[in-house]
Amino acid sequence: MKDFKKVMFRLGYNVLVVFLSAFFALPILWLIFTPFNEKPTLALEFPLNPTLANFAKVFANDYTINAFQNSLIQSFGATFLVIILASLAAYAFSRVRLPGKGIIMYILVLFSSVVTGIAAMVPVFFLLLKVGLIDTHIGVILVFSGGFLPTAVFLLKDFVDSISTTYEESALVAGASRLQIFKDIIFPLTRPGMVVVGVFTFVQVWSNFLIPFLLLRSSEKMPAAVAIYAFTNDVGIPKIDLISAYSLLYTIPVVAIYIFTNKKYGFRFYGGLKG
Amino acid sequence: MQLLSKKAAMIFILPGLILIFIFLIFPALWTFFLSLTNYSLLDNSLEFVGLKNFFKLFRDQRFWHSTIVTFQFVIGSALFGQTALGLLLAVMLHKKRGIMKELLTNFAVASWIIPSVVVVYLWAAFLDKEYGLLNQLLGFIGVTPRDWLNKFPMWVIIIWNIWRGSAFSMMLFTSALQTIPPSYLETADVIGASRWNKFRDILLPSLKNYIGTDLILITLWTFNLFTPYLLTKGGPGNATEIFPIYTYHEAFKYMQFGYGSAISVVILLINLGFALFYLRSMKGGKQ
Repeated sequence: MKDFKKVMFRLGYNVLVVFLSAFFALPILWLIFTPFNEKPTLALEFPLNPTLANFAKVFANDYTINAFQNSLIQSFGATFLVIILASLAAYAFSRVRLPGKGIIMYILVLFSSVVTGIAAMVPVFFLLLKVGLIDTHIGVILVFSGGFLPTAVFLLKDFVDSISTTYEESALVAGASRLQIFKDIIFPLTRPGMVVVGVFTFVQVWSNFLIPFLLLRSSEKMPAAVAIYAFTNDVGIPKIDLISAYSLLYTIPVVAIYIFTNKKYGFRFYGGLKG
Repeated sequence: MQLLSKKAAMIFILPGLILIFIFLIFPALWTFFLSLTNYSLLDNSLEFVGLKNFFKLFRDQRFWHSTIVTFQFVIGSALFGQTALGLLLAVMLHKKRGIMKELLTNFAVASWIIPSVVVVYLWAAFLDKEYGLLNQLLGFIGVTPRDWLNKFPMWVIIIWNIWRGSAFSMMLFTSALQTIPPSYLETADVIGASRWNKFRDILLPSLKNYIGTDLILITLWTFNLFTPYLLTKGGPGNATEIFPIYTYHEAFKYMQFGYGSAISVVILLINLGFALFYLRSMKGGKQ
């Protein structure tokens, strides 16, 4: 009787594992197979005669290449700005006793989690409209940076806090200039933290749809996330060949970055930062 | 020893602070002001109207419909969906090895990291009435093809979001389970505890704080999620017009910024409630 129960449990367990695997895997299979098909459709077909023709179409199309460039401009722009401003602020917050420091950090983190999504975009759209930054790369970059900076400062401060001040103190005693200290001690020591913050910002901006969708208008400035909706023929039917290959190319950097960071830093980093 | 003078520190902090103030804090406060006006981009009018927008909002059928749909979406996909499925996955795969575990976790994580626009195309293909994989598979067991997105839109966005987000909860709970000393479970085995008892007395208590954290974060994210718009456009009709989509329609489609801001204020206040609750529970967890 006990054996029977055990067997039934194992069976039920395995059925559950297979079912859940199918649940997560089935929608994704289309992304893996379809771009290599000669005539891609919405149906899932295994590419018996795999071809790279659909990728060639992506690279031959000025509009798609331009969209990838825009994604790169916006992602790197925001990443660069967030890393620079966040490390400066985090260093100062960590090393200097400022009155009300704790309160400021608390308010910043609170605002960054509250002011999110579309509710935040109503006033932001209005603001950019008033100052003439609607439909500009710089507007998009500034909005992303403003949103991610509090989390970035918070994380980097934690990171700098964990680095002992003795290196800096002995360098100061030995007569090193502030610039030298920053360049030779602080920058190398905080680099892992900067990588974490940078990767996080890059992935978030690269994948984001809402912000460029609302803040940009002209098609030549649209990043990949928004441009994909313009891949239709003259009568508005989506071009599946282009879309499938493009989707895979657009996804690969995110997956590659995830594998890299997961190996190096584990989940705590990626999960703790998302949102 | 003072490594950095107070003045230098201020110079380091100010650029970031200014950016945060202009693009994060100021807009949030400005929404409150805008919500008290009749600002519309259509005729460029801007008059102070007091709480009129809020009175209008609370009498608006669409607002209440949106509230109900949002509740269904958040409770269905965040509370019962992602948290429960994440918990199930973490517990059932704890201390397991093998190819099936790798497959399951990797596909779950993949559905979490693929950019949302791609995910939407994948689901549109998966659910397509004529060619979609779902209808083909169901065809094998004799189910007639259905137009899932139009016939069961709420179910689709709820299941879609469970699929999309469960990996986060799974990973959070998995890392929590790893902090349990192995000797606890070994001892339980020695005294012959049942699976259920081990779950209830060892795994669940150590997950308690994490479940709280997970619930607040997931609820906050789901509550603000705009992506279902790409699947359903809030439709058919306004069947899936959750708060973010409702806000989008009022503010950006009908260009009613005053009214749209009033909805935003409601959302921001609810977010504030979640965030304060979260920060408080974080503090409590640390002590």
